[in-house]
Amino acid sequence: MRHIISVLLENESGALSRVAGLFSARGYNIESLTVAPTDDPSLSRMTIVTSGSDEIVEQITKQLNKLIDVIKLLDMTAYPHIEREMALVKVRVPEAAEREEVKRLADIFRGRIIDVAHDSYVIEITGEGSKLDAFLVALDAFTVLEVVRSGVMGIARGDVALQI
Amino acid sequence: MSESASSATAITGAEIFCRSLQAEGVEVVFGYPGGAVLHIYDALYRQDKVSHVLVRHEQGAVHAAEGYAKSSYKPGVALVTSGPGATNAITGIADAYMDSVPLVVFTGQVPTSMIGNDAFQEVDTVGITRPCVKHNFLVKDVKDLATTIKKAFYVATTGRPGPVVVDIPKDVTADTCVFEYPESIHMRSYNPTTKGHTGQIRKAVDLILSAKQPMIYTGGGVILGRGSEALTEFTRQLGYPITNTLMGLGGYPASDKQFLGMLGMHGTYEANMAMHHADVLIAIGARFDDRVTGNIEKFCPHAKIVHVDVDPSSISKNVKVDVPIVGEVEPVLRELIKGLNEAGSKPDAEALATWWKQIAEWQAQDCLKYDQTSGLIKPQYVVQKFWELTEGDAYVTSDVGQHQMWAAQFYRFDKPNRWINSGGLGTMGVGLPFAMGVQFAHPEATVGCITGEASIQMCIQELSTCFQYQLPLKILNLNNRYLGMVRQWQEFFYQGRYAMSYMDALPDFVKLAEAYGHVGIQITQPGDVEGAIKEALAQKDRLVFMDFITDQSENVYPMIPAGAGQNEMILV
Ligand SMILES: Cc1cc2nc3c(=O)[nH]c(=O)nc-3n(C[C@H](O)[C@H](O)[C@H](O)COP(=O)(O)OP(=O)(O)OC[C@H]3O[C@@H](n4cnc5c(N)ncnc54)[C@H](O)[C@@H]3O)c2cc1C
Ligand SMILES: Cc1ncc(C[n+]2csc(CCOP(=O)(O)OP(=O)(O)O)c2C)c(N)n1
Ligand SMILES: [Mg+2]
Repeated sequence: MRHIISVLLENESGALSRVAGLFSARGYNIESLTVAPTDDPSLSRMTIVTSGSDEIVEQITKQLNKLIDVIKLLDMTAYPHIEREMALVKVRVPEAAEREEVKRLADIFRGRIIDVAHDSYVIEITGEGSKLDAFLVALDAFTVLEVVRSGVMGIARGDVALQI
Repeated sequence: MSESASSATAITGAEIFCRSLQAEGVEVVFGYPGGAVLHIYDALYRQDKVSHVLVRHEQGAVHAAEGYAKSSYKPGVALVTSGPGATNAITGIADAYMDSVPLVVFTGQVPTSMIGNDAFQEVDTVGITRPCVKHNFLVKDVKDLATTIKKAFYVATTGRPGPVVVDIPKDVTADTCVFEYPESIHMRSYNPTTKGHTGQIRKAVDLILSAKQPMIYTGGGVILGRGSEALTEFTRQLGYPITNTLMGLGGYPASDKQFLGMLGMHGTYEANMAMHHADVLIAIGARFDDRVTGNIEKFCPHAKIVHVDVDPSSISKNVKVDVPIVGEVEPVLRELIKGLNEAGSKPDAEALATWWKQIAEWQAQDCLKYDQTSGLIKPQYVVQKFWELTEGDAYVTSDVGQHQMWAAQFYRFDKPNRWINSGGLGTMGVGLPFAMGVQFAHPEATVGCITGEASIQMCIQELSTCFQYQLPLKILNLNNRYLGMVRQWQEFFYQGRYAMSYMDALPDFVKLAEAYGHVGIQITQPGDVEGAIKEALAQKDRLVFMDFITDQSENVYPMIPAGAGQNEMILV
C-alpha cells in the first residue's frame, strides 16, 4: 500500500543522505521525496511517498526514527490529510490556435501560464498527483518540451500537527 | 572545578581532543598515526593521562577497541589517519555496528579548505561509513569539537550501543578556541527508551505465567545492558528453561541446570527442540537473527512471543511478536520480577514438570558428543581442556569458523563479558586484536584466543603489537589446514568439491611466533594437549602460541541446514 510519511529532521548537512541511504540500503521503495527547511531554520521537513506491506512500512518508520537526525515523523496515511504537488510544464505553441487551446486547458485545470516566449508557454499547475497526470494526458496533442514535478508535499487536516 | 574555569585561554583543537578524552575518562586509545592526525599525536605525546597503543594495521586498532569495550562496559576508542587509515578501519567499524559495540572512532581528514578536491589521502569518510555507524560527524569548526566529542560518546554508549565516527579535518586540530567540555548533553532528536511500558509488562507477566511449555531466549542485549544478574534471578524464580544466542553466552551461567546451551544453526538439540515446541517464548535482548530462527516460516510455530528490546526496530522485524516491550533489559527484568511477585498465580508446576521431562529426553541425545578415542586431536577436546584448566574463568576471544562454534559450545561461560567474538559480521581476523583489547582492559586476567590457521593470518601482524606491550595472551590455533567452515559446507552441500578451502603453504607457526618474540609450541598428539595448555598458562608473562594440529575432517554438530526449521537438525 502507498504511504505518505512526513519527517522533521535536523537541518544538517548529510541528513538527507542518511534518509536516502537508508531507503537504498534496505531496499525500500521511494516514489518521491521532497525536503526543505521549515520556518525554524534549524529544522527540515521531508515528505516521503513510499509503498510496501504493513510490516515493511512499520520497519520504515522505525528505521527512520532510529536515525539520530530524525526528530519526529508522522505516517499521514493514517489521518485525513492533504497532498499537493506542483508541476512546471513547457509546451510548444507556435500557432495562435494552439496558444488558445493550451490556455483553455490550463484554465480548466486551474493552471497558470507563468512564462510566454515566442513559441512556447510555461504552465504552473498544482494539485494531487492524479490531477497533474490528467493534465499531462490532456496535453497529449501538443509538443511538451519539459516537465518538472516537485514531488508530493503533505499535511494532516485539523488538529493533527507534526511539530516539536 | 569545571574544566573551563582552569583554562580560559584558547588551546588548539588537538589539545581539545586530548582534554575531551580525559574528561570522558578514556584510559587508552588504539591507533595509528599519519599526516592528517599529526597535530593530535603531538598533543597526545605532550600529556600523560590518555595512553596510546600503536597497532600494526588500523583494522587491528578498531577490533582491539571492540575487545576492550566488549569486556569492560567502557566505550572503546580508536584513532586513525585520513584516507587509507580510515578505509582500513571500516571492517572494524562495520563489525562493531553489527554487534552493537560502543565505540568512538576518530579519523583524520584533509583540511576543510581542501575537502572535495581529491586531495592527498582524502576519502569521504562520513559518506563511506554512513551505512555502518550508529552516527557520524564531520567537525568543521574547532568551536564544535568538544561538544561533538561529548555527543559521540553519549550516542555510542546509550540506547542500543554502536560505533560513532568523528571525522576531524587537520586545520580544525590546529585552530584554537577556549576549551569547555559540556557536563551533560541533550539531543532533541535522540531519546532512547529505558523503562518498559507498564501495561505491556502486565500483559507479559500474564502470558509468562500462563505457559505450559515456556522457553527463555536471550541475547547480546543482556550482556550489553548489564542484565545478567536480573536475568538469573528472573529465570530461577520461574524455573523455566533458558537458551542464549552466540552473542548472549555468559548472560546466564552455562553450568546451571536450567541452561540448555546455545540455540540456532549450531545450537544444541535440546535448545532448538524446546524452541520449536514452546508455547510461550520470552525473548530478551535478542534480535531473531536468521542463524537463530532458521526458516522463518517454521520458526516457533506454537509460541506466543514476548520480546524485550531497547531498539524498536529489532521488534517484529523478522518474527511478529505478541507482547513487545521497548526498554532496557535490566529495568524491564526488574519490573517483570516485581510483576511476578505481585501476581496472584504461580507457574503451572505440573505442566512444567512434564515439560522438563520432555527436555531431559532431548538432552539424552547428547548432541555435542564427539569421538574421545581418536588418535587425532579433536578440536572440541582442546577447548574443553582449556575450559577445565582455566576453571571456566578466562576471557576467551575467537575468530570465525568452526573453531568459533566449538569455542561457543565447549567453553562454558558462567559470567557475562567473558566471551568476545564476531557474530553479526562474522569477521575473520578479529580474534587476536580482540584479545589485545581485552588484555588492556584486564591486565591481570587470563585471556585466551581460540582461532583457526586461516583466521589468525588475517591480523597476524598484531603479534608485533603484543610483543611491544608484553601482552601474555594464550593463543589456541585449532589448525585443521582448512577453511574448515567452508569445507564443511562443501562436504554437506557441494558433494565434497573443496574449492579453495584447503590452506596450502601454511607458515611454521612456532617459528612465526618466535620471530615476533613469543613462545610457540606445536602439539600433534591428543596426549600432549593438556600438558601444553598447562605449560602455556604457567608462562604468566609470555604470549604463548599453541599450534594444535587437529583432525581435519571434524565437523560442527548439530547443524540446521539453510532453509530448514529448528527441529530439522543434522546430528553427529
Ligand atoms: C559462523 C557463524 C555461525 C553462527 N551460528 C550461530 C548460532 O548457531 N546461534 C546463534 O545464536 N548465533 C549464531 N551466529 C551469530 C549470529 O549471526 C548473530 O550474530 C547472533 O545470533 C545475534 O545475537 P543476538 O540475537 O543476541 O543479537 P545481538 O547482535 O547481540 O543484538 C543485541 C540485541 O539486543 C538489543 N539490546 C542491546 N542493548 C540492549 C539493552 N540494554 N536492553 C535491551 N535490549 C538491548 C539490541 O537492540 C539487539 O536487538 C553465528 C555467527 C557466525 C559468524
Ligand atoms: C573476512 C572474512 N572472509 C571470509 C569469510 C568466510 N569464512 C567464514 S569461516 C571461514 C573459514 C575460516 O577458517 P579457519 O580460520 O581456519 O577456521 P576453521 O573453520 O577451520 O575452524 C571463511 C573463509 C569470513 N567469515 N570473513
Ligand atoms: Mg581452519
